[in-house]
Amino acid sequence: MQVNEYKPLIVAFCCNWCSYAGADLAGNNRLAYPADVKIIRVPCSCRVNPMFILRAFQRGADGVIICGCHPGDCHYTSGNYFTRRRMTALFSMLDFLGIERERTRVEWVSAAEGAKFAATMNDFAEKVAALGENKRLEDLRCKK
Amino acid sequence: MQKIRRDQLIAKASELLENGTVSCVLGWGAGEFGYDVTPTVFKTTEDLKAGFVFNDFCGANFSKYLVAKTQKLEGKILVFLKPCDTYSFNQLLTEHRFDREKVYAVGIPCEGMADIAAVKAISGEGVSSINEDGDKIVVTTIYSDKPVIIDASKVLAERCINCKSKKHVAYDELLGDEGDVIESARFDEVARLEAMSADERFAFWQNELSKCIRCNACRDACPACTCEKCVFDNPKSGVENKAPANSFEEKMFHIIRAFHVAGRCTDCGECSRVCPQNIPLHLLNRKFIKDINEFYGEYQAGAEVGSRAPLVDYNIEDLEPGEVFDRRNENV
Amino acid sequence: MQRVGVFVCWCGSNIAGTVDVQAVSEALKNEPGVVFSTDYQYMCSQAGQDMIKDAVKEHNLTGIVVCSCSPRMHEATFRKTAAAAGLNPYMVEIANIREQCSWVHKDIMTGTEKAIILGKAAVAKVNLNTPLTPGESPVTKRALVIGGGIAGIQTALDIADAGFPVDIVEKQPTIGGKMAQLDKTFPTLDCAACILTPKMVDVAQNDKIRIFSYSEVTDVSGFVGNFDVTIKKRARYVKEDICTGCGACVEKCPMKKIPNEFNLGMDNRHAVYIPFAQAVPKVATIDPNACNMLKNGKCGLCARVCTAGAIDYTQKDEIIEEKYGAIVVATGFNPISMEKFDEFAYNQSKDVITSLEFERLTNAAGPSAGKLVRPSDGKHPHTIVFVQCVGSRCEACAEKGKEYCSKICCMYTAKHAMLIRDKYPDTEVYVFYIDVRTPGKNFDEFYRRAVEEYGVKYVKGMVGKVVPEGDKLKVQASDLLSNKQLHIDADLVVLAAAIEPDKSARPLATMLTASMDTNDFFTEAHPKLRPVESPTAGVFLSGTCQGPKDIPETVSQAGAAASKVIGLLAKDKLTGNPCVAVSDELMCNGCSGCERVCPYGAISYIDKEFRMPDRTTKVRRVASVNPAVCQGCGACTVACPSGAMDLNGFKNNQIMAEVDAICK
Repeated sequence: MQVNEYKPLIVAFCCNWCSYAGADLAGNNRLAYPADVKIIRVPCSCRVNPMFILRAFQRGADGVIICGCHPGDCHYTSGNYFTRRRMTALFSMLDFLGIERERTRVEWVSAAEGAKFAATMNDFAEKVAALGENKRLEDLRCKK
Repeated sequence: MQKIRRDQLIAKASELLENGTVSCVLGWGAGEFGYDVTPTVFKTTEDLKAGFVFNDFCGANFSKYLVAKTQKLEGKILVFLKPCDTYSFNQLLTEHRFDREKVYAVGIPCEGMADIAAVKAISGEGVSSINEDGDKIVVTTIYSDKPVIIDASKVLAERCINCKSKKHVAYDELLGDEGDVIESARFDEVARLEAMSADERFAFWQNELSKCIRCNACRDACPACTCEKCVFDNPKSGVENKAPANSFEEKMFHIIRAFHVAGRCTDCGECSRVCPQNIPLHLLNRKFIKDINEFYGEYQAGAEVGSRAPLVDYNIEDLEPGEVFDRRNENV
Repeated sequence: MQRVGVFVCWCGSNIAGTVDVQAVSEALKNEPGVVFSTDYQYMCSQAGQDMIKDAVKEHNLTGIVVCSCSPRMHEATFRKTAAAAGLNPYMVEIANIREQCSWVHKDIMTGTEKAIILGKAAVAKVNLNTPLTPGESPVTKRALVIGGGIAGIQTALDIADAGFPVDIVEKQPTIGGKMAQLDKTFPTLDCAACILTPKMVDVAQNDKIRIFSYSEVTDVSGFVGNFDVTIKKRARYVKEDICTGCGACVEKCPMKKIPNEFNLGMDNRHAVYIPFAQAVPKVATIDPNACNMLKNGKCGLCARVCTAGAIDYTQKDEIIEEKYGAIVVATGFNPISMEKFDEFAYNQSKDVITSLEFERLTNAAGPSAGKLVRPSDGKHPHTIVFVQCVGSRCEACAEKGKEYCSKICCMYTAKHAMLIRDKYPDTEVYVFYIDVRTPGKNFDEFYRRAVEEYGVKYVKGMVGKVVPEGDKLKVQASDLLSNKQLHIDADLVVLAAAIEPDKSARPLATMLTASMDTNDFFTEAHPKLRPVESPTAGVFLSGTCQGPKDIPETVSQAGAAASKVIGLLAKDKLTGNPCVAVSDELMCNGCSGCERVCPYGAISYIDKEFRMPDRTTKVRRVASVNPAVCQGCGACTVACPSGAMDLNGFKNNQIMAEVDAICK
């Protein structure tokens, strides 16, 4: 094992009803994805406050992904539609500030899509790893 | 040089005070410097004559003050509103922030306000007096006996050069003629930044935002920032921080602030006007406005009372977050 | 400060195999608030739970972190454990170190490292947990069944049998559904009508059951125990309570060339009609698109012949609003359209039919009075080809058909083939199949009888093309077992069309906020353990709306759904979910942002008086959440710029603490 191998830190906010269950299904089916992905359970993707995302970046996350139900399938009818607008606006703003757009993502993953969950996380982790460390949106004191 | 004159405003205010329509006037009062005009409450004609100011530096948007003043003051308040101020006025009504019945709004025309930074760029620092003389601004500084004479049209504030509307969307009474909504070039600067590479944009904002001293003036002047308690002042919010402690926090503050007012910001430009570091903060808000217009259809916050802000609305057919970038790549 | 106990589960070797559980337990000991940490083979076992209870008492724990499987699995279990130990059940947090750690990460170092971080996040969260008490809401003791096929009928009968009132909403003029159209049923070959129609009569006669036929649900609001449903009862232009179903109007109606839906358009009906003899309710319906009187006011014959005076051309759609405690979806299925399957010449030849059309053709009450004839010329067919999996198991042609197996086709085709050979031994019957799937009681025996006793020719292979030529259908097919191309001159080709959920299901799912899979089948709350419940509380699933099913399965699911409904309606009060939004009135601006994003209308505004520091008072408009209506999505929390709106169980500071713990 390489000692200094760069491992990205990825925070995944997952909706309890779909992608969190999708992640469980990926587990049930033993579909591997990088351990760099750490999941935080939220009742709905619309619970994800931009403050959480920025806080994650501030504390050293290299990528943040928000997973919700497919549009039309929200357990609460419309939560993911709000997520879609909010995150569209927020991510466009981060891009405007010069933050690499590959560091943020929204994906719709249903409870039945364990394979999609694993594939999404593999892909996202790979893209984030390719960017290297997040230097533009962090609190430099957090890095040793 | 404003078309409407100080004495006209004082006459109107006196009339309304005397006939009992209003019990006080929210207007501009002299500050420490000639260009430093302060929102002031006047209760009598004498007060007005003594302290009321109206010149090219009366940019302050009074809408926000109504939130606190209508709670505190007895009776109706007379407020003078420039066209851009009326949008904020409506937006605050949409958000139930003050009682419309307690306000008597007089719309006044505006020819654009001067930007003190632009003045100082010509005159130099150490301004000791500023006076108007027709279309000219006469500036004296402590470093020279000779006054500097500046063309008022040369020192217009950015928000006035790119004025979006001369139309008053709310008033009880209008002084002067009604204007129109203007086709402005206000998004050009945002578009210029968008066209840059990510590295260039990052360098631009890193340079701008690192000037921030977290004085909170932008927030305190913003008519959309009327929270009873700002999340950045609230220990319970988890993001409380009153001063920037590290390289990221001013970014966090400005992103969150822009996000909180997204869809509610009327683009009045107060944030940039009051910024002591001259950070073009309005560009962040304009970016959201431009995106919202492009993604969800044209929307002007405050154009009408009761409209639904785009971020508390949705359409089943809305585009996906990733599509924004795909679309932009196609355009390149 | 919380006193937190950490319990790391091995889950046998499921977790312990790739996570060093002792190391996790050891590492978490040093986290703030943690006063006790241990590991055990099966935390969810009785012994494991006892261990937690003992630790709570011994160490005066105020919070519990269980590092185990997904909270979707055992959160409820451990909350009960906490409650049994005298702790508030919401003082429990789960770190999911099985599904999202040990099962997906093979390397023990990586797994352990991640498990520790997930544990730290859970500890950070539980440190900020507060005891929560669920609210209570009353239960309306009435159920709604949407769909009046065999699934809906059985569910309604079972619920009514337990003494609760039930309403059935059926969009057709009669209940009965697809089963009413079938001839015989596998594997026992009873006549479908003989076993279905008595149940329909039971429904009609049950005083606990109301039938809203020719009706549809147009709006649903509310929540479990308290649904408000709007039902649109379409005008049938016949007074239901007066019509005796004598049929005099039908006989006299001059408009008699309307394709008969009940016989799938293979014969005609009148503009005023009763779908079939045993219809329930047995009342006539006037088709407004076909009736001259309704279209241009010229006719009125039916009104003249109706001695009861039941015809009412001025009838309007009726809107019914009713409250229900539970809703059962039983919207059923339809065969898919054969439009896109040109290779089988369905559109070119009348003698290429679907299996459901074949059911009508062999039914004594069908268009040919049960005689097996070709629809084109009425002649007796001598060679019949059955094609299996038309649009089912269609991986390559997903845009034409469905990827799933329709499940019922193998059995009904065996039934069809057997019935033909039984009645007309001179007929040659071929069945082309990919696989013959017969899992079910007496199913395989049934299929073997078709092959062995009745001499049905089963050929493994697909039909490539059907070409009408003269009065024959040239069938080109491959026999995969003998690796030969077959050319058969058939008289009749029967396509086992895939089945799909009824089109009304998708908009209904939206109204109910019930989730669906990509094929528009309703999703069950758990595929194995909660198969008849939708994830949306109070909404239950019965029959093929959840997935392809045969009649025995449908009936058993219908009964199961009924028992779940009875269990719900038997309660006087429901305990709510305490993880609802709460508004901090001191900080609320009253801006209405939250109200606009709330899908449940749970937020209203009140004018609240505040005492100011200078002893004056100030009245402000502030948000107030109805905890019985709030479902806890959290949309409002992000719409709130001041952070006044927060969500119990997922508070801003809790999520932020998790973020911090993960990113440390």
